[in-house]
Amino acid sequence: MKSIFKRLAHALMLAGAWAAGSAHAVNDLPGGPSVHQLNLTRGVTRIAEEQSNLHWMMLIICTVIFVAVFSVMFYSIWKHRRSQGAKAANFHESVTVEIVWTVVPFLIIVGMALPATKVLVAQKDTTNADLTIKTTGYQWKWGYDYIKGEGEGIGFISTLDPAQRAMSSSGDVSQAPDNYLFKVDNPLVVPVGKKIRIITTANDVIHSFMVPAFGIKQDAIPGFVRDTWFRADSVGDFYGQCAELCGKEHAYMPIHVKVVSAADYTAWVGGEMKKVAAKLDDPGKVWALEDILKRGEKVYGSNCAACHQANGKGAGPIKPLDGSAVVRNADHGVQIQIVLHGVANGAMPSWKALSDTDLAAVITYTKNAWSNKTGQLVQPAEIVAQRSK
Amino acid sequence: MSAVLDPTGHAAGHAADSHDHHHGPTGWRRWLYATNHKDIGTLYLMFSFTMLMVGGVLALLIRAELFQPGLQLVNPELFNQLTTMHGLIMVFGAIMPAFVGFANWMVPLQIGASDMAFARMNNFSFWLLVPAAIMLVAGFFMPGGAPAAGWTLYAPLTLQMGMSMDSSIFALHIMGASSIMGAINIIVTILNMRAPGMTLMKMPMFCWTWLITAYLLIAVMPVFAGAITMTLTDRHFGTSFFNPAGGGDPVMYQHIFWFFGHPEVYIMILPAFGIISQVVPAFARKKLFGYASMVYATSSIAILSFIVWAHHMFTTGMPVTGQLFFMYATMLISVPTAVKIFNWIATMWRGSMTFETPMLFAIGFIFVFAIGGFTGLIPAVAPIDTQIQDTYYIVAHFHYVLVAGSLFAMFAGAYYWLPKWTGFMYSERRGQIHFWWSMISFNITFFPMHFLGLAGMPRRYADYPMQFADFNMIVSIGAFGFGFAQVYFFLAVVLPAMRGRGVPAPQRPWDGAEGLEWEVPSPAPFHTFENPPKLDETATRVIG
Repeated sequence: MKSIFKRLAHALMLAGAWAAGSAHAVNDLPGGPSVHQLNLTRGVTRIAEEQSNLHWMMLIICTVIFVAVFSVMFYSIWKHRRSQGAKAANFHESVTVEIVWTVVPFLIIVGMALPATKVLVAQKDTTNADLTIKTTGYQWKWGYDYIKGEGEGIGFISTLDPAQRAMSSSGDVSQAPDNYLFKVDNPLVVPVGKKIRIITTANDVIHSFMVPAFGIKQDAIPGFVRDTWFRADSVGDFYGQCAELCGKEHAYMPIHVKVVSAADYTAWVGGEMKKVAAKLDDPGKVWALEDILKRGEKVYGSNCAACHQANGKGAGPIKPLDGSAVVRNADHGVQIQIVLHGVANGAMPSWKALSDTDLAAVITYTKNAWSNKTGQLVQPAEIVAQRSK
Repeated sequence: MSAVLDPTGHAAGHAADSHDHHHGPTGWRRWLYATNHKDIGTLYLMFSFTMLMVGGVLALLIRAELFQPGLQLVNPELFNQLTTMHGLIMVFGAIMPAFVGFANWMVPLQIGASDMAFARMNNFSFWLLVPAAIMLVAGFFMPGGAPAAGWTLYAPLTLQMGMSMDSSIFALHIMGASSIMGAINIIVTILNMRAPGMTLMKMPMFCWTWLITAYLLIAVMPVFAGAITMTLTDRHFGTSFFNPAGGGDPVMYQHIFWFFGHPEVYIMILPAFGIISQVVPAFARKKLFGYASMVYATSSIAILSFIVWAHHMFTTGMPVTGQLFFMYATMLISVPTAVKIFNWIATMWRGSMTFETPMLFAIGFIFVFAIGGFTGLIPAVAPIDTQIQDTYYIVAHFHYVLVAGSLFAMFAGAYYWLPKWTGFMYSERRGQIHFWWSMISFNITFFPMHFLGLAGMPRRYADYPMQFADFNMIVSIGAFGFGFAQVYFFLAVVLPAMRGRGVPAPQRPWDGAEGLEWEVPSPAPFHTFENPPKLDETATRVIG
């Protein structure tokens, strides 16, 4: 059946191909969408397979009913035309007929609801998880914290590759890779065959954590926690995107889940733990301007530039940083408080989740970049002090 | 001269109605001070067509951006404004007022009443729409641009919007007030002003569906007003209904919104059912198969529409029992809907059918709306909805019911009653071109969206992965075709009829059409049924 659809799709595509022009060959993305994909993504969890089966069942029943009902209609349109000499009959109101065509659809629906109920109950059962991961939606990135199970304590932020974001803005996708808009810096890594419970929440607005191959989609709601689960049957890379409108960069916060073998997972956890230890900055460290600027530029690029722009000029309602009195203020506290807590109802979000060193670095960077040559240097210790205010 | 552009407003009326003593204002005053249901109906229809064009331009901007991956035309901020405003304008500016326009024109004519019950409130409810629409569209020119939180205006994203959010909330309040006034007017007219002998169960189906719709409007518009008022106070007056930072609940907004939003869906489709239930019997030359069961089915749909709202929220993470309840209730709605479709087909069965444009659009409606019905049954199954919630599948589904549903039914109604409104026959050939052009381009636009949604393309995305590129290109091509078809409709069908080009229409241009509107001349005189008509037993003919 699938191959028929594929061929049909190809015929359809040929019609559209002439317009394509750029003729850039795109391939399927394993674990993500395929080119000309017509049905649900191939599932690698039981739930996703069950969803796919349910969908096939519904599709077949609906198609059969549709064809049956409309054969009657088109037969009637063909036969009972005035141009064919058809004389109008004069029958109406038949209680028997009307009871039949009310009861039959009702029974069909009961038949549809029974298997759906089974899958729904299974898909909502998040108990007895082997590994629990908290997923936090930020505008516009995902934060992952391993809460319970092997790897407990690991936490990181996952952001779209800035090069792909820039390619999107440029409007020129002729060189786009197959994983265009799916490549992230830090994929979520989970072991194969284990029940993974995903707890979702959000920092600012509602996001939605979706991975079609796992058959999961769960809104991430600020101030609330919700959960879902999956157990991947095979290793590989699987992709999804944010599914709830969350502001301007909604299309640019993908999800990349790497499912690895138990041994690879243990190795990854070991490496990650070492990195955590090594990366731990001493907030007491006193930095030289040049070193901290380099770090600040990086932090700015991955967190601030999406709104305030790389040139610091902002855009539309987004305030410019270049030339800003707040940024140039010799009293560092003003800017630090804004960065820590956000302003304008979260239009400028709170960044207190970043480390003291990162915050000090990015604030120092803005105070010295573009035309803001203030020469001011903010040390991590000042952030620590301001946090407690 | 047609009733629509008739500057004196009653030239045709004099001929038909010797004791016409109307000396109303002329020129622009005729429209600004309008209290005549036909004039106000025309105003509503013109207004909603204008908004259809505005919303359509926004849709085409969206499709132009999505023609290829990458951002070529608009930035993501503007893209979100376009999707939001497209939705708000189409729902509140195009579809809802258009049906009120149909009701204004046809309800008094169909029940043998002289006018709507509250003529001045009728004027007010129309003229409220104009400033509201201007304020809504003006959002694009305010600092920060138009609202970009989606037409559903989900909190807490709305709390981040600029000042246009406040003006839009005000505009929506005004439009809501206008809708409520329109609904009250229709209910009072139908319940109190029917000609003697026009009992409720002899009333034309269009009046029945509008009566039920009007009750839905009165029930849910205040709920919507409440939701956006709470958004407003959250934004400015320190409340925390939906603001999680103050302990508010963003999901509560969704519950309130969809408690309005789901009946709203039926507000936009029930009058369409009414139009189809009139057009099909007229061109099959056979009585509607089950009049009573149609009335009961419409009522059941209206009642059920209040208990299914959370199927829009399956992915918010409701408890399993909640999801089961809303899944079952939603699936149940397909029963009365199926009854309606069976009824229309049984009406056609062994009729003596001809296929003028109204009938084409009616059959097109039944066919394409049924697809929209089935693609609604599929996401009603909650586990499947987990995959397709917030994807293009949903976009495809609701455009199948709102465009192929509501809009096609309105076209059927417009072609059916245009001779009565203007006094001239439209060009049948042009009508058929419009139908086939719309039908084909509609399906090119919206059918591939099912594939995109199943493959996981989320809605409201300014840019998308390369794998989705070809289908998006086809969709965009179809969208432009569909858009131009509607411009053609206005220029080649509506305008000529309004200007009086074409064959003068006889009083009853459709030999199978029944009902009191065909008992008055074409165009319908400025005043009709000033004295209650005496009706025959079926309440479809005037007998003296």
